[in-house]
Amino acid sequence: MGVISHPVLSRLTQSLAVLLVMSFVIYGLMGLMPGDPIDLMIAGDPHLTAADAVRLKALYGLDRPWTERWLRWLAQVVQGELGYSRLYARPVADAMGPALVNTAVLMSGSLLLALAVALPLGIAAAIRPHSLLDGAVNLLAFASVSLPVFWLGLMLIGLFAVHLGWLPSGGMVTVTGEGGGSLGDRLAHAILPVSALGLAGIGQYARHMRAAMLAEAGHDYIRTAKAKGCSPGRVLLRHQLRNALLPITTIVALEVGGLFSGALITETVFAWPGMGRLIYEAVMGNDFNLALSGLLLATAMTLGGSILADLAYARLDPRVRAR
Amino acid sequence: MRRLLCASLLTTLLALPAQAKDELVIGITQFPSNFNPAIESMLAKSYILAFAQRPITAYDASWQLVCMLCETLPTIENGMAKVETLPDGKNGVAVTYVLKADARWGDGKPVTAEDVAFSWEVGRHPQSGVAGGELFRRISRIDIKDGRTFTLHIDRLTFDYNAINDLRVLPAHIERSRFLGAPAEYRNRTAYDQDTTNAGLYNGPYRITQVVQGSHVVLEPNTHWAGKKPFFRRIVVKAVENTASLEANLLSGGVDMIAGELGLPLDQSIAFEKRNGSRYSVITRPSLAFEHIDLNLDSPVLKDGRVRRALLHALDRDAMTRQLFDGRQEVAHSVVPPLDWVHAFDVSAAGFDPAKAASLLDEAGWTLGGGSLRANAKGEKLSLELVTTAGNRSRELVAQVMQSQWRKAGIDVRIRTEPPRILFGETTTKRKFPHMAMFAWYSAPENVPRSTLHSSMIPRADNSWAGQNYSGYASPAMDRLIDAIEVELDKPKRKALWRELQALYAADLPALPLYFKADSYILPKGLTGVEPTGHQDPSPYGVENWRWE
Repeated sequence: MGVISHPVLSRLTQSLAVLLVMSFVIYGLMGLMPGDPIDLMIAGDPHLTAADAVRLKALYGLDRPWTERWLRWLAQVVQGELGYSRLYARPVADAMGPALVNTAVLMSGSLLLALAVALPLGIAAAIRPHSLLDGAVNLLAFASVSLPVFWLGLMLIGLFAVHLGWLPSGGMVTVTGEGGGSLGDRLAHAILPVSALGLAGIGQYARHMRAAMLAEAGHDYIRTAKAKGCSPGRVLLRHQLRNALLPITTIVALEVGGLFSGALITETVFAWPGMGRLIYEAVMGNDFNLALSGLLLATAMTLGGSILADLAYARLDPRVRAR
Repeated sequence: MRRLLCASLLTTLLALPAQAKDELVIGITQFPSNFNPAIESMLAKSYILAFAQRPITAYDASWQLVCMLCETLPTIENGMAKVETLPDGKNGVAVTYVLKADARWGDGKPVTAEDVAFSWEVGRHPQSGVAGGELFRRISRIDIKDGRTFTLHIDRLTFDYNAINDLRVLPAHIERSRFLGAPAEYRNRTAYDQDTTNAGLYNGPYRITQVVQGSHVVLEPNTHWAGKKPFFRRIVVKAVENTASLEANLLSGGVDMIAGELGLPLDQSIAFEKRNGSRYSVITRPSLAFEHIDLNLDSPVLKDGRVRRALLHALDRDAMTRQLFDGRQEVAHSVVPPLDWVHAFDVSAAGFDPAKAASLLDEAGWTLGGGSLRANAKGEKLSLELVTTAGNRSRELVAQVMQSQWRKAGIDVRIRTEPPRILFGETTTKRKFPHMAMFAWYSAPENVPRSTLHSSMIPRADNSWAGQNYSGYASPAMDRLIDAIEVELDKPKRKALWRELQALYAADLPALPLYFKADSYILPKGLTGVEPTGHQDPSPYGVENWRWE
């Protein structure tokens, strides 16, 4: 651990710099987006006068250049204050908290489902390349990658909620009667959105796993292990799989950011109040504090995931640890 | 533990379709971001608050102004409104309202004239965050006679002097301490967002008892409501943004009804009715949402009234609404909807007449020559751009149909779609559309189109782009009519002025009127009493009459 503490510290410092630059870029892009909330209010309210427009722009600080507003925001963040959400009229942390939890449930559930299905399929396909099984896995993988999530979501709703009536069609809990909000109720509501997202992820992981396994199969150390008399199972699990997991680890680690930035389309189709919808509404509503916090959190988690991937590499690959 | 989990899951799954009949789940396509009725208007907020908050006055389902929190609608005729002369010699009006004796907040405290005065104080404060300050500025003084009686002194005398629908009453006993001391922070400190389930914030038949952000709002009866007892023990308003999912929610029992105010687009409702008409009632109500195309009159091509008329003559609007909307959206001839009492049925804008369109274009110098597109003497093609909202399926469909009809008349029209935020936040507001912009206006009954047609309301940089006269229409005759209608108290005389305005609009065509949109409500067969309004005061103002049969 002592060996890798310096690189980790270095990566953390780099990450902070990236976050600072990202905050500037995101703020700038939002500031340069055409139209601001007051312009939209003017379009929707015939009673808004020129004086109202000037007053409201000053009240929300929209009359200042975006660079000045960014500096103020930064000073506020340095003091540990994320500010108020303009849209939700509450502290950013309060507005973001519930959505963050909902998104983490949805995304981690779907990631686990995707990995649980995709990794064995990828391995199985790699064991017998060009077999019937391999063809079937490939077909499934292409279907999974090609099908739009919103379509898949609507089909799942149509089948399991409308026709069969087995599962709820949307939301996170049953809103009528008693028993809404129990663990079983929440699980029932999570099944379809988790499945839709999970199914969409299976393809890419299965393909990566298969490719990584096949790449490892051709290496000398596999031949050596077989020549030394290792059982096929041992060769597969202790040698081939361990090395094939390295690229998968990187891919999964980079998905960590996605666990907290949400999946806008899936959340919209399943009326799942998560970070994707929250960030989208914040960006469209020029809620700088909320949008920036949400997007930077996702960036920070991606950077964190990248550091985690490096640590996992070091754990899985002694050569990296030695360096 | 595993067995317990499975049993719990199974129980939940089996119990899903069962719903108590004293509960109602309403599906809408938007979730309100905040709940203070005075700050920032939003349709989803208006809809939900209509169950729980009553204004002093509102328009009912027959588009008549009625008292909701007051005893009697004050008028000059009944002596409760009196014309008064202002220091500058102009006419103002003093209007006296008496609040209902049994009007109570959800915590049992009476709704008082003090609450009204406090709400006015908040509304007119420049830093309170209240968006439209116009009504609050018009009220120069409030005299409180007793706990229930107050007189508003309004600095002008207009025909709608007694309509104070926008003055939303706030409970002073809860909100005053949050407002005083830091008015600029009020929008972040209001109990409506900090303590949304506080019963004392609501004076209607229901009160909000639970808010799950982004998902649903639960309403339960207000025990201090003195009016007709509402039927439902619990009403849940659930937000499902995607309309296909909303429809699936309805069919699977996730919601009981879909509100017309924020529900399925008309074409989707019509298709739904064809498939599921035996189980659900689809009620369409013509609304005052005016779908039209604003024309940029700074464009040299569109400055010519003959070209504007030709554009309308080339469109078969009757066929469009018949084919696309089952004839349920009435063709518009001006800004006034047919359900409005001032609508002039004898006024009609240019009807479908391809020959007339061709002759007008020829006359204006846009001839066909040898090609299929018209061009002027300089060889410039008659090519226009139509910008509209992206993501509105029926609007995009209408745009394509119009494009093809104009093409037949030799007019090339390019369609450009923009997200609503950009279209309304920049393109129309700052008049950046080169030729045509298609969208809808949503207003109130007998709404004087000052902001959209008066020459003083053309958005410019020097007026901070305020005003909604995006066409840049400047007509002294229209200005005079608007000014005259606003101050004409005599109804027959006012109706005559309105007729003149509609005739002038149909002749000048500062915009191309298309149709008045219809809201579609999808209700289960057993639900009765839901009365769509078609205007900005939503149907839940009559929630006391809703019930399962």
